[in-house]
Amino acid sequence: MQNLLFGSNFFAAMYLVATVLFIFGLKGLSSPKTALRGNAFSMMGMAIAVGVTLLNPEVRSYTWIVAGLAAGAVVGVTVALKIQMTAMPQLVAALHSFVGLSAVLVAAGTYYTHGAAGGEADAVLMTEIAAGSFIGALTFTGSLIAFAKLQELMGSAPLVFRGQHWLNLALGLAMLAFGGHFIATHSMVSFWIMTGIAFLLGFLLVLPIGGADMPVVVSMLNSYSGWAAAATGFTLSNNLLITTGALVGSSGAILSYIMCKAMNRSFISVILGGFGVEASAAAAAGPGKAIKSASAEDVAFMLGNSSKVIIVPGYGMAVAQAQHAIKEVFEILHEKGVECKFAIHPVAGRMPGHMNVLLAESDIPYDVVFEMDEINGDFSSTDVVLVIGANDVVNPAAKTDKTSPLYGMPILDCYKAKQIFVSKRSMKPGYAGVDNALFYYDNCTLVFGDAKVTCEKLAGALREE
Amino acid sequence: MSPAMVGLYVFVLSCFVGYHVIWGVTPALHTPLMAVTNAISAIVVVGAILVAGSEAATGGNRMVEILGFFAVFLAAINIFGGFVVTDRILAMFKKKK
Repeated sequence: MQNLLFGSNFFAAMYLVATVLFIFGLKGLSSPKTALRGNAFSMMGMAIAVGVTLLNPEVRSYTWIVAGLAAGAVVGVTVALKIQMTAMPQLVAALHSFVGLSAVLVAAGTYYTHGAAGGEADAVLMTEIAAGSFIGALTFTGSLIAFAKLQELMGSAPLVFRGQHWLNLALGLAMLAFGGHFIATHSMVSFWIMTGIAFLLGFLLVLPIGGADMPVVVSMLNSYSGWAAAATGFTLSNNLLITTGALVGSSGAILSYIMCKAMNRSFISVILGGFGVEASAAAAAGPGKAIKSASAEDVAFMLGNSSKVIIVPGYGMAVAQAQHAIKEVFEILHEKGVECKFAIHPVAGRMPGHMNVLLAESDIPYDVVFEMDEINGDFSSTDVVLVIGANDVVNPAAKTDKTSPLYGMPILDCYKAKQIFVSKRSMKPGYAGVDNALFYYDNCTLVFGDAKVTCEKLAGALREE
Repeated sequence: MSPAMVGLYVFVLSCFVGYHVIWGVTPALHTPLMAVTNAISAIVVVGAILVAGSEAATGGNRMVEILGFFAVFLAAINIFGGFVVTDRILAMFKKKK
């Protein structure tokens, strides 16, 4: 009777429902209006997948499952509710690492269960187990390093040493060799050596990648976590895992592509890392050029008397937690009848869409927030541009200076505006280590100080007018 | 077709579906996209449950027990953490108008 109801087709059909729900969930993200409903679809999909799996006759005991699910739920929900929006990139990196490690454990567990059951552990299954394990292992340690860099547990500067790429190549080959040996002999020792090398390789691959490239790394690890799930799906001959893994994998891959394109860098050069090391030599260029600086009151006066304003937020806004103060400025300008928009570069911040989330957090309506391609034509007719904590993404050297490491990167055309104010903590160059040519433009004035303090002063001065 | 071959078909076709769906996501929602893909990549929980509840685990194989428990635990953190944080982010986008 149980076989009639819970035969393998029943599971396959329910998994198909879950797959479709995941696709609808992702589709919902095409607009903020449908996104929440989409998320509900995805949750339903997951609930069905977990629920149905629990009914599987192969599941003989629930002790460990219930314990794991309950503990995971407590930790997950607590962290998700407490995390600050500025810390999202770290959270995402940490979560990627969990998927990676989980995939390794499932691969190892599947190996042991099939060994114990004496099942037909053929070469295909071994290959799938090996793939699941090493992709998961790479994801795990790579994400740990990304997390440590984002959380500033370690310097975000790229860590490069001589022979790094050769070492990685040698390790990669060794990993494949042990993987091959494992597939041929089913040797447990080879399996763990292969996985161990993959753990090490994950560390080494992300170490040389600097802070500015983090959006690419986070997207790339997102992609890996998907491929790890897909590989696990092959191991278990489970189409739900394969499909979902492929969806997540392609999502991460597309995001990496968008980020690379927005920096005019090839994916390979990001992976090889070290960006910003040789670049510091170029930063010395342009000595003796004068910059102008102004107080927040001056800026407020200019803002109050303009008709079109664009605000360009960057990672500095996130660091200073200035988004709420910016909202104040935005509101006052709005009340005064000044048209105020926001311009966001695809790689502003530490992960794709980082700035949008912070602006949304401070209640700035999303219809005044524009992507680079939508708003670049507007700068020439804008009175005042206020740059808050962004640097490389507004550097006109990317267009004019062929020797600049940034050359060719698409930028926000702030320099075309009548007047630009840049809120900056100091004259330190941006993450690429490149001096910003914009600061020396005649229409550019710097406002020194913490972004949050500057914006609060701005709001105060605007109110008094 | 062998099961692995069927899997490959499903995999390749799913990549195409993914490609088209993901390009449709508005850039403003790229952070929640990462958060939610994070949550759904924890679908490895299906594998984790099968390991943790397997005969070997119930039969007292300590190694499998431990592997299974931690696999379920880690995947569950992702599921709950990922969905809840996505919901939080999307609610902020919803607030206006």
